Amino acid sequence: MRYAMIIDTLKCVGCSDCVVACQTENDVPIGYCRDWITETVNGSYPNLELELKSERCNHCDNAPCVRCCPTGASYVGVGGIVLVTANECIGCGACIESCPYDARYQHPDGYVDKCTFCHHRLEKGQLPACVSVCPTKCMYFGDLDNPNSEVSQLLKNRKHKTLAPEAGTNPHVFYLI
Amino acid sequence: MQEELFTSGRNIPHIDPSLEIWHWPISLYLFLGGIAAGILFFAALFYVLGKEKEYPAAVKFASIIPPIALSIGLLALVYDLTHKLYTWRLYTTFRIESPMSWGAWVLLIVTPLSFFWLFSYYAEIYPKTEGKLQLLKKFKFLATFEQFLKTNRLYIAYALIPLTLVLGVYTGILLSAFNARPLWNNAILGPLFLTSGLSTGAAAIILMAKTKKEKHLFSKIDLALIIVELALIVHMIMGYYAGSQVQLEAMQLLVGGDFTLMFFGFVVILGLIIPATLELIELIGYKVPVIVPAMLVILGGLIFRFVMVEAGQLTRFLY
Repeated sequence: MRYAMIIDTLKCVGCSDCVVACQTENDVPIGYCRDWITETVNGSYPNLELELKSERCNHCDNAPCVRCCPTGASYVGVGGIVLVTANECIGCGACIESCPYDARYQHPDGYVDKCTFCHHRLEKGQLPACVSVCPTKCMYFGDLDNPNSEVSQLLKNRKHKTLAPEAGTNPHVFYLI
Repeated sequence: MQEELFTSGRNIPHIDPSLEIWHWPISLYLFLGGIAAGILFFAALFYVLGKEKEYPAAVKFASIIPPIALSIGLLALVYDLTHKLYTWRLYTTFRIESPMSWGAWVLLIVTPLSFFWLFSYYAEIYPKTEGKLQLLKKFKFLATFEQFLKTNRLYIAYALIPLTLVLGVYTGILLSAFNARPLWNNAILGPLFLTSGLSTGAAAIILMAKTKKEKHLFSKIDLALIIVELALIVHMIMGYYAGSQVQLEAMQLLVGGDFTLMFFGFVVILGLIIPATLELIELIGYKVPVIVPAMLVILGGLIFRFVMVEAGQLTRFLY
């Protein structure tokens, strides 16, 4: 099993519903977030192109955060989800420094927190909170190891990209373009 | 022309726009770890070479610095952790891929060894203190322990030589292991920090030295190390020049950017070139108070750690 998330940048309107859903579902403290929206404008006037993306931890195959963690608190869980065990984390910040996506933050309680692909929901057969609330249905989630899954089919048929592939992390959040 | 006009940030006050997770304690620790590693390396090396009597500052007198430096450094490290109560978790595992895990274990061995080294010379260096306190007489086990350390000094020295080298290199590798921070992500940072640590260590020994012979020897060692360090810095800059876009942008912080004055002014010129020149002039035979180049080297080493830690955290991948 290899979980992956796909976001259709052509359908995303940047409403931030995914951000709020995540903050509510995961009790993210005020002033922090596990996912966020970026707006990128490309081109030169008048030929401009706007791209909206919902970003989060990329649950990399070659996760530098897991490599750098001195206590083993950061680990790769079932389905390739990168997770943090709070009571093993010493809050040294090595994983935060090592993440090319700046996807981790120090929780006010001290440990490091990040997107978990809502693994507590996955265990119950539900989708991650962000995916489940998306009003334009631009987010997809599933198992890449299953060639018939929605995500496998989308990646087969649609043009897509990942963020900073040159960082060598093999990210597993894909963006349809 | 195709260009990226803007990318919005996250507008989350605690996360964006600046990622500054490592603050001054980390820079301070990297400096203190380096100088302690340098002094202990020379102490162990000159002891093994049998030069204990010839160079007493290196082997004995300067050994007061490493235990203090390492203790302050360790306190600074723990101070910068945000989940402090779980610090012991470092010692329930050894993670071969994590430089920080290596560092934690090496420090666990080197710190007590630095105390043992000092303790084995304690009665010799501070006969007055010992005369007043009578520690070794009051507590019999301390006297036994001191005797044990004295007879096994050579083994401690043999252990310290590789361990201090690992400690010195680790202070650089700790930063260079993060490929997400392009300024740090170069292989030369480990040897560079080691050389800088040894150089500041030699400078500290010059400050403690009493004989002209010892001062001269460590001036020569320091001079050689400064030249190596300058060469390594040139290599580092060349590496950025030949690097990818992210490294080019990282380099601009040091060359023609916010950190240029700090890096070239305070680290390269005031911390390396001027002390090297002064040491050279002194070796030729002119009178220069050695305290000046030695202090400049030590301050340069300290500023170098601050520049690298602060500037590195401003650099990142662009996407």
